[in-house]
Amino acid sequence: MPEPTVVIRGGSVVGPGGLIRNDVAIAGSQIVAVAESIEAPRGAQVLDAAGCLVGPGLVDLHTHLRQPGREEAETIESGARAAALGGYTAIVAMPNTEPAIDSAGVAAEVLALGVGCTAEVAVAGAITVGRAGRALAPLAELAALGVTLFTDDGAGVQDGALMRRALDYAKGLGVTLAQHCEDNCLAAGGAMHEGSWSSRLGLPGIPAAAEEAMVARDISLSRLTGAPVHFLHLSTAGSVDLVRRAKGEGLPVTAEAAPHHMLLTHALVAGYDPVFKVNPPLRTDEDVAAVVDGLCDGTIDAVATDHAPHAPEAKDRPFDEAPPGMLGLQTALPIAWEVLSPHMGPARVFALLSAQPAVIAKLTATDPRRAGHSAQGGPVEAGATANLCVFDPGATTVVDRAGLASRSRNTPYAGRTFAGAVRHTVLRGEAVVIDATAQR
Amino acid sequence: MAERERSHTRPLGGVFVAHSQVLTSADVLRALTRMAHEVVERNGGVEDIVLVGLQTGGVPLASKMAEILRQIEAVDRLDVGSLDVAFYRDDIGLRPVLPEAVTDIPVDLAGKVVILVDDVLFTGRTIRAALNALNDFGRARSIQLAVMVDRGHRELPIRPDFVGKNLPTRREEMVDVGEDGVWIGSLEDK
Amino acid sequence: MTGTQHLLSVADLGPDGISEVLHVAEAFAEVERRSMPKVPTLRGKVVATLFFEESTRTRLSFETAAKRLSADVLSLAVASSSVKKGESLRDTVETVEAMGIDAIIIRHSSAGAPHQVARWVDRAHVINAGDGWHEHPTQALLDCFTVRQVLAERKGAAPDELGIACFEDLRVLIVGDVRHSRVARSEVLAYTALGAHVTLAAPGSLLPPSLEGWPVEVATDLDAALGDADVVSLLRLQAERGSGSFVPSLREYTAGWGLTARRAERLADRAIVTHPGPMVRGVEIASDVADLPRTVVTQQVANGIAVRMAILFLLLGGELQGVSEVPAVA
Repeated sequence: MPEPTVVIRGGSVVGPGGLIRNDVAIAGSQIVAVAESIEAPRGAQVLDAAGCLVGPGLVDLHTHLRQPGREEAETIESGARAAALGGYTAIVAMPNTEPAIDSAGVAAEVLALGVGCTAEVAVAGAITVGRAGRALAPLAELAALGVTLFTDDGAGVQDGALMRRALDYAKGLGVTLAQHCEDNCLAAGGAMHEGSWSSRLGLPGIPAAAEEAMVARDISLSRLTGAPVHFLHLSTAGSVDLVRRAKGEGLPVTAEAAPHHMLLTHALVAGYDPVFKVNPPLRTDEDVAAVVDGLCDGTIDAVATDHAPHAPEAKDRPFDEAPPGMLGLQTALPIAWEVLSPHMGPARVFALLSAQPAVIAKLTATDPRRAGHSAQGGPVEAGATANLCVFDPGATTVVDRAGLASRSRNTPYAGRTFAGAVRHTVLRGEAVVIDATAQR
Repeated sequence: MAERERSHTRPLGGVFVAHSQVLTSADVLRALTRMAHEVVERNGGVEDIVLVGLQTGGVPLASKMAEILRQIEAVDRLDVGSLDVAFYRDDIGLRPVLPEAVTDIPVDLAGKVVILVDDVLFTGRTIRAALNALNDFGRARSIQLAVMVDRGHRELPIRPDFVGKNLPTRREEMVDVGEDGVWIGSLEDK
Repeated sequence: MTGTQHLLSVADLGPDGISEVLHVAEAFAEVERRSMPKVPTLRGKVVATLFFEESTRTRLSFETAAKRLSADVLSLAVASSSVKKGESLRDTVETVEAMGIDAIIIRHSSAGAPHQVARWVDRAHVINAGDGWHEHPTQALLDCFTVRQVLAERKGAAPDELGIACFEDLRVLIVGDVRHSRVARSEVLAYTALGAHVTLAAPGSLLPPSLEGWPVEVATDLDAALGDADVVSLLRLQAERGSGSFVPSLREYTAGWGLTARRAERLADRAIVTHPGPMVRGVEIASDVADLPRTVVTQQVANGIAVRMAILFLLLGGELQGVSEVPAVA
């Protein structure tokens, strides 16, 4: 066995069988040994993982990196750093940049900017040109660059016929279309969930039906075309129910949910603070419970952050004028841990944040088209690429605006504490986060 | 009177606890009668006189004095008004006082002789506020001050023209003029 | 008793706070009747009106109130087209506060704007003069003041003698576009805080999506509800706030929900009709009905100044009885 360069000592490795107390030895970019007690040679970096879980690096299906176009809110580099601090070793950049990622040129630029960052940056392409919902984007050209996921996220494809055509075309390419489900007519300028709070606060609302109508439509289209559909950020009980039945039928649909939809409700909008404005909006207690149930029973396959940075000036506007979106990369795992670990074991929590998203984004194996990118999502075993997240369930995460790596500050959790904290993150064998501190 | 108003009235409030009586109600009536005669003597009658009682303590005194004046001068009517100085105080924003009762000045004061009537004269700030207020109702020919009790501790150059009783007091004491006469006491929390 | 720093919502006051406002407003109503209707109470204080939505009437009412209190008035009538939306709101507010402003009276088309402004200021008191569909607290207060005035007149008593007991079990019927109406939301809060019974009457598309937690009844038959009402509060169709397409036509709205002469006949003799103004004669109210003595719109306007003077006096004096602070953000 080659000499280890990094040894993770004293932790419990997360695997399909559960937790096993094991050290992990890394040489170069690979895991070379997973065993009970590994000697660290002199010169090797030792990462203390006593009391910690050692799992596969997390994979985020849904990150907004804002570059090109809105670098004041975030850059690929700052977003990747926030990701690493959150335990992520791979993130999929959403295409609603300026210009949108609807061409090989922009995709290549984003991929190039991602090289050398503290997390691997994959790219999702737009489904339509300019995300305008009128003409198909060059999906094949983008697929040739290794793009596996396409979405107009930020908006849903309103035209059913166009979406159907896109699905037929995508099926032939072996890529997956993902939908931000929002019927613009029903949503009609809403700023929060339409319900008891919106009525009291006098804010225009987005009814649950605006999301469910498109979920239902795309399930039908998946049935019609046989093409896979991935549903982004499900937020309503009705949506979860629709997906559950579609899966029961055997349709090739998958779904993700964001941490804020597992925890926060529309009652938080009472003070009119735009930090709580997000799309889909924070909904009711019943919706939050349904999302958690969906994660527990397998209806929802992944937790995806929908990390959406906005510069302070942008969020400092009247509620209905402020852009929607919340930060999420640094708080996702602690929140998922707090909400889900009462219902499931650590292996399943990591599956929701690492292995399953990696499968959906097709990042589980290296791809010659994606130079420099490695296999993501585990398992943690000898021979696998060393993309690891070391999580300490006994520590606490105190969310402090000053401690955010993001260029933006729009976290809805400021001042809150969560049980559990990411301690180390290893990217291709390099410890990019040690003791909750980014190394570069 | 300013301090007393402030600590007695809404929105603060407290309770006056009497310790010793200084004047009986009969004494008060005698003093009022004497003061009424002094008003007539000083002004050569009651022509053009308007009595204005300060809310709240001065109002019943003004009303009673008006009754006495009507008797001794054998006139049918005498103009009487009431004035609440809450909006003219010099301590708004520090510890404000809410208006107890409405202001009612029934005639234009231009050219009139105003007899301002109050129960207790203390720092003089309430009277200053009252002078300011009266100014807004017309330019009086003369404003004269009648008080039942002058308890000293003036903070402004204000002096009464007609006094029921001069009563030296300690600053922290309180003086109450009511239906049962004049009492010295202290202010307790409710 | 807690002094509240701002008046953002009627919910900031309890029944005690509302009672205090009405009481002090009586005193200012007397000041208004004088030949020189001015008192030096807020001399040296500076009040700024920031109106991001057109409203000459309300702005003038507030400015007059401030001037009658001898305060200095800064008037920023910012039409939303001349100012980049939103971005300048915080800058404007911070500049204004840096100039030593004691009170900011703000009207904005976005619900919650006054709440955000309240978070950005240190010292200044923020008064909500209308925020989107959310609230218009001073309007509801002057409506209550006017209703009490009418009730007192009928009894031959002084309004202050009636206190707030006169609102207990009063039947208030609010008719019209409740969904988009900030006056309706404030009135529901004010009247119910005072113990009145509030009923809403509107076409289904003009009711809020959810009435959960609203202490109101909904009248399914407007004509039947009219006979019971002590107060009928008419709302305007908020065309500029998008309510035009919620009903098929104005004609249909008037036929179903307007206070026509025929409907007015169903009102009890004692019924009072209020309207926040400006009235659109022929739509929510027939022209003849608008001119009936029971329709107290002009009284409402006159009382607006006294009520706003009371708010300014109580807030800047630091003694407006509140129930809570600006809600802390979780």
